[in-house]
Amino acid sequence: MTLLLIILFPLLGAALPAVAVRWGRNASAGAAAGVTAIPLALLLFETPRVLAGGTIEAGWRWVPAIGLDLTFRLDGLGFLFALLILGIGLLVILYARYYLSQRDPVGRFYVFLLLFMGAMLGIVLSDNLLLLLVFWELTSLSSFLLIGYWKHHADARQGARMALAITGGGGLALLAGVLLLGHIVGSFELPVVLRSRELIQGSPLYLPMLTLILLGAFTKSAQFPFHFWLPHAMSAPTPVSAYLHSATMVKAGVFLLARLYPVLSGSDAWFYLVSGTGLVTLVFAAYVAMFKHDLKGLLAYSTISHLGLIMLLFGLSTPLAAVAGVFHIINHATFKASLFMAAGIIDHESGSRDMRRLNGLWKYMPHTATLAMVAAASMAGVPLFNGFLSKEMFFTEALELHQTGTLWWIVPAAATLAGVFAVAYSLRFIHDVFFNGEPVDLPRTPHEPPRWMKVPVEILVVLCLLVGIFPAYTVAPLLNVAAGSVLGGPLPEFDLAIWHGFTFPLLMSVVALSGGVLVYFALQYRFNLHMIVQSPSPGRRFYNRGLAWLTGLSEIVTGGLQNGSLQRYLALLVTVILLAGAFPFWQLGWYSGSRSPGMMDGGSGVAWLLLVVSAACTVIWHRQRLLALVFVGVTGLMVSLIFVRFSAPDLALTQILVEVVSIILLLLALYLLPQTTPRESSVTRRMRDAGLAVAAGLGAAGLVWAVLTRPQDTISGFFLEQSVPGGGGSNVVNVILVDFRGFDTFGEIIVLAIAALGIYAMIGGLRVERPALDPARRPWAADSHPLLLRVASRILLPLALMVSVYLLLRGHNEPGGGFIAGLVTAVALITQYLASGIAWTEARLRLDHQRMIGIGVLIAALTGVASWFFGAPFLTSAFAHWHLPVLGELPLASAMIFDLGVYLTVVATTMLMLVTLGKIGAREEV
Amino acid sequence: MELLVASAIGVLVACGVYLLLRGRTFPVVLGLTLLSYGVNVFIFVMGRLQSGAPPIIKPGAAGYADPLPQALVLTAIVIGFGMTAFVLALAVKARFALGNDHVDGVERSGPERVP
Repeated sequence: MTLLLIILFPLLGAALPAVAVRWGRNASAGAAAGVTAIPLALLLFETPRVLAGGTIEAGWRWVPAIGLDLTFRLDGLGFLFALLILGIGLLVILYARYYLSQRDPVGRFYVFLLLFMGAMLGIVLSDNLLLLLVFWELTSLSSFLLIGYWKHHADARQGARMALAITGGGGLALLAGVLLLGHIVGSFELPVVLRSRELIQGSPLYLPMLTLILLGAFTKSAQFPFHFWLPHAMSAPTPVSAYLHSATMVKAGVFLLARLYPVLSGSDAWFYLVSGTGLVTLVFAAYVAMFKHDLKGLLAYSTISHLGLIMLLFGLSTPLAAVAGVFHIINHATFKASLFMAAGIIDHESGSRDMRRLNGLWKYMPHTATLAMVAAASMAGVPLFNGFLSKEMFFTEALELHQTGTLWWIVPAAATLAGVFAVAYSLRFIHDVFFNGEPVDLPRTPHEPPRWMKVPVEILVVLCLLVGIFPAYTVAPLLNVAAGSVLGGPLPEFDLAIWHGFTFPLLMSVVALSGGVLVYFALQYRFNLHMIVQSPSPGRRFYNRGLAWLTGLSEIVTGGLQNGSLQRYLALLVTVILLAGAFPFWQLGWYSGSRSPGMMDGGSGVAWLLLVVSAACTVIWHRQRLLALVFVGVTGLMVSLIFVRFSAPDLALTQILVEVVSIILLLLALYLLPQTTPRESSVTRRMRDAGLAVAAGLGAAGLVWAVLTRPQDTISGFFLEQSVPGGGGSNVVNVILVDFRGFDTFGEIIVLAIAALGIYAMIGGLRVERPALDPARRPWAADSHPLLLRVASRILLPLALMVSVYLLLRGHNEPGGGFIAGLVTAVALITQYLASGIAWTEARLRLDHQRMIGIGVLIAALTGVASWFFGAPFLTSAFAHWHLPVLGELPLASAMIFDLGVYLTVVATTMLMLVTLGKIGAREEV
Repeated sequence: MELLVASAIGVLVACGVYLLLRGRTFPVVLGLTLLSYGVNVFIFVMGRLQSGAPPIIKPGAAGYADPLPQALVLTAIVIGFGMTAFVLALAVKARFALGNDHVDGVERSGPERVP
């Protein structure tokens, strides 16, 4: 529970500073500090258990189906990181209170900071790799907000976007890698993963998995060649840089490697990838850092270089190197956080970060200068400061390397070279800023910052010194447990002493120190360092070009697919469907099944011929729209004959009725549309469309043939058996509709209702000029409502209604039911409109179609809801047999009430659709 | 018999697809209608072809046609009608709002390019 609280306090408490800011900046900062201090206290409370080597675990189930659970662990490594995150976080909160100006929205800053803190804590305390990944992405998002905090600055926005793109992209790679890892191990739980070293390293997927995970770690930890986002992230407020680039964000990648070190390390791939990347980054970034004129730019490259150093140490895969890596994580966090804060103070009090203008500040801020000097000395690796200790361990390990064979000298030489550069840029940070002449027209006269702004720096600097001078009494226990959980086994023997005698590593340190001093002064006084201007990093150019290329590509693809032409969309759609459909044919081969086809009879042959010819005629005469419509009608009738022929009376009835209604509807629409279609497609296009159409037809026919010649395996036995005993009806199709799959039907009448209302909303009340002449310039029929039709329709109406009621009532047992009865009623009513006109009919038939739709859907819904009162699920049906006079035995099922709702909805929707369309352009009747 | 059914469905689909790719709304609606005929029959015959065996429970019946595809197709027919009606309303509205009945809403002069 403690673990969950540690994470939840910053995450949930993130809202507090935003609220507290109403009572002033101090209240906001106080709230943030409180939300950080509580989990810190909780963490410290666990110190004895962790230092004794214990691991605290806690877990709750979340999404076990994908192996994602809320499991947390607090071991040495997690403890170390949580301590850094919360401790330095607290100092940053204090520091930011003084750093942010009156104009900056303080509440928002603390909200973002706490969100980020919670996400970081989540990473280091997760015991599940997927959960870790969730927090990983959260840090990418919240760091985006933090880096872009000054959103009115273009470079802040660009820096934030770049950081998000690089680390977010790396996050995707990491996701893939973790999924592979989970696939190899069969679990995402860390304890299981950490026990599976042989399984993982023996897997053929090891290399791709490792590469993907390393991509995630390298992007996050700003390793070459993904390093360039970090210098651009310097446009963030300095407290953000101090936090993100010392103890947290960039350390997440390093943390991940440390976490997975027991199972991933030791292979050749790991060695070359990790230590190779680390080595290049270490030397390259240290070199670049010397030439940065911007204080934060220098620190940014120095950070990249130190991260490279830690990577290199983990890559070496020796136990002592891993210990040195963990040690350097601690040391770097302390001295880099204090250096960033010092840089922020200098910027804050002098108005500039440019080392070409910041000179001789010693006179103005000696106290800050002293603090910066200690931290810089630690960064340079000067004895008696903590950076020296881990650097000595690094030099030792560099010399112990065996994998490189005759090239053994490369790593030590590169390490010394990077040491030289590090000393040079550290010296520059101090000498250029605090000495080296006088300030060059600074915006403000520099002076010491407010007292409390220096306190966080002082605390960190004191830590640097304490660790540097008395390592065994300060950092040793923490280092032991943290390194212990990285190695996952016994710790190597090591001695945290300052003096090891006259050794080769000491010689390297001496070379680095003296070389660095030489290099710096040579650059400053021989080569006029201030005049050297570096070109922008190629990484950034590459990134920008890649981004532009991607945007261009997406424009081309989108423009090509979405050019606004429905014809193209449909052609593409058909093509894709064809390809998708052809794939299984191609894969499985086309062959007919074992089932022997049934005999053909003469009647079927005639119907087939009629269907094929009428369909073909529709296409041939599609420009003569009325003619084409007639052919479609014939085709539809033949389709209903297919249903009759193959034992589907319900379908046949439905098809015929829908056919009638559809044709009326099409006629009504045709009246309002051009009567002919112009010839406008080119021959090539028609050939292309014909090709697509023939291919689609062949595909469908082939599919049907392949299925029909195979034996059937159906689930319908259940419905046939249960229809009478379970649903109380012998018409299985109807029982399925209103009972077994009643919920589907319910959804479908709602779709119908929406369609009808949509039509009404779209064209209801549309008034257009009614053409007086038909396209052949003949007047429309003078007698629009012939007497015989009128008389016949009126006699037919009651008969038709009676039939429809009969169909509705018997539908549960015989062909019929709500859909069919509804359509019959609709046809009967529509006939009145056709025969006698809209005005005449509406004067006598006052039906509010919209309301009727509502009633129908409501009845269906209430029938469903009613079953809740009997403790049964939605739409459970009940039935009983009633004996009624005249009608005789009548089985009544509650499903029939549902069917009544279906009936009403179908009647009303059909009427609404037709009447709405029919009213357009109708003249007022005389 | 199976060959007849398969080829009939093939013809319906082919005619439907060809009309679907036309440039004016009315033929497209006709194509949609033909295509839905084809699809409905397709789903229906997935229950195989059975003569004289409607799925209505009667004592002594020799066998029943598969009721499930029938139930699916029944609603599909009605929904298909709703869709046709909606597309027609759209076509009518588009014609009066845009002044032409081209599916893209723009009447192009001269024969079109093949994209």
